[in-house]
Amino acid sequence: MNTTHWDSTPSSGCAIRRDESPGSTSPATSARRRALFIVGALFAVSLASLAIALCVGSVTIPLADVVSALFGAADNTSSEVVRSLRLPRALSGFACGGLLALAGALLQVLLRNPLADPYVLGISGGAGIGAMLAILFGFGAVSVNAGAFLGAFAAMLVVFGLARGDGSWTQTRLLLTGVIVAAGCGAGVALMLSVAPDNRLRGMLFWLMGDLSQSGDPYLALGVLAAVLVSAFPFARELNLLSRGDALAQTLGVRVAFLRRGVYFTASLATATAVTLAGSVGFVGLIVPHLIRLAAGNDQRVLLPASALAGGSLLLIADTLARAVIAPQQLPVGVLTALIGVPVFLFLLARDARPKH
Amino acid sequence: MHEAKTPLLETRKLAVGIGGVSVCRDLDLVLEPGERLGILGCNGAGKSTLLSVLAGLREPQAGEVLIDGMRYDAIGPRKSALIRGWLPQIHADAFAATVLETALIGRHPHLGRWDWESKEDIRIARDALAAVGLAEIERRDVQSLSGGERQRLAIAALLAQSPRLFLLDEPIAYLDLKYQIAMLDLFSDAARENGAALVMVLHEPAMAWRYCSRVLMIHGNATTTIGSAREMLSAERLSSLYSYPLEALESRGRVGFIPK
Repeated sequence: MNTTHWDSTPSSGCAIRRDESPGSTSPATSARRRALFIVGALFAVSLASLAIALCVGSVTIPLADVVSALFGAADNTSSEVVRSLRLPRALSGFACGGLLALAGALLQVLLRNPLADPYVLGISGGAGIGAMLAILFGFGAVSVNAGAFLGAFAAMLVVFGLARGDGSWTQTRLLLTGVIVAAGCGAGVALMLSVAPDNRLRGMLFWLMGDLSQSGDPYLALGVLAAVLVSAFPFARELNLLSRGDALAQTLGVRVAFLRRGVYFTASLATATAVTLAGSVGFVGLIVPHLIRLAAGNDQRVLLPASALAGGSLLLIADTLARAVIAPQQLPVGVLTALIGVPVFLFLLARDARPKH
Repeated sequence: MHEAKTPLLETRKLAVGIGGVSVCRDLDLVLEPGERLGILGCNGAGKSTLLSVLAGLREPQAGEVLIDGMRYDAIGPRKSALIRGWLPQIHADAFAATVLETALIGRHPHLGRWDWESKEDIRIARDALAAVGLAEIERRDVQSLSGGERQRLAIAALLAQSPRLFLLDEPIAYLDLKYQIAMLDLFSDAARENGAALVMVLHEPAMAWRYCSRVLMIHGNATTTIGSAREMLSAERLSSLYSYPLEALESRGRVGFIPK
């Protein structure tokens, strides 16, 4: 087996040998170093946003007290607030944001569309139906979560089954099926809202807008976030190829059918978990991968971990604002992410529309 | 060491069809290292479909395709990618990426799951970019390239992949005349110097005459003819293939075909 060495001398008068300028590091090592730097920096940002989330609220708690509440044996009201109120909610927010951003990044590759978001395939619509039913019949928070997860799972199976159809499973077919199922779910949710008694309506609306106040135990969701990231990361370079087209990816050595199925189920699981935790929090899944891509390029080896960390931080900050802005009243965090997300997204679109180079 | 006797591409009783159109039936083809096969036919005759079956991207209706003596499903996509490379006809870039990053995708099958592209991979990708005349724009965004530049970039990625069997779907589409010759020279060099085998879908009989050792004509209705380039590329056969009268003109040992 010979390794082909392409003649680098100009063969047609137009090729110029490019020597590395002295002192410049090769892109190979610098790419990996840059990836580590970006992920490390975002990890620091995540810790900082966690610290802010734990300090800020209806009562501001100094950082030193937060630290002693978390790691020391302090036993007073403020350490109780930090440990049993703010920490679970902050971790829920982080997990939810990370899951949504990760799901968005994965679905953007799967659908080869930078504008795809975790809800485009109808998973949140299904979760909405399940959750609305549970709230409508007056079940408790656990049942609402169970209903949301079951609904999300059902929607995922329906879209997968219908989109497979003739076995082609093309992007267009998948997208169209998802959009239609989402529209159907939207109608179902609207129907339930219109017949719901007044005392249930507020809870239903908050769920639909995305709300972390009822999120409960965050550790399962954090586990899912870690599991999704760990299972997707080894395939990151193959995802890079998938984003360039199925056929090309296959001729370059990717098991395309297997990978696409895996991406679909992984992204669906991430979305379903996030939606179960916090309802339909919009724009994180769309905006965060997009921002990372603009800042750091489309290498999934950077994009996936960076999206998880940045998405987590963004939702954590947004939720802290949601708690603090008109404290002691709370805003639904989904409204805030949308308020932040819409202008950012419009800005990006306008920027994209400008001619390049 | 690779045994020189094994053909790089072999089809046995191959039948290919798409959308009710039968492209070929009982096609037996053996392509040895160094051979250059041109595929000619009208629009919609199924040239690209046949090529994608040869690339393992589509299932044949019947028969089998062997690369380096092995079936695609037996060796899996990764090993296949070390043997055959495929140049698609359309390059759609959904996401931004630099020219260098795009050339580097060709190195994927050479890397392990946890590997990052090494200095050697970068060097190979840069040499490939230099060979297609894109070295100076390695930082440009692919979405900003012209059609011809994008085509040459796809060729660079294929060169970086360095397969032994090149399956080229209209390799000179979008290219100006200088680059048509330059790119086909590159592939011929690979065949001559490295024992690669080429299969290329072409629309220009003069280029097939210049660069192919054998020619497969797809006539439609599952009729195919194959033979040496000199035998196949006559004005009479080409006129019949394209249903348009052509005239052969010879100059300094090269032949071109002029529509009458």
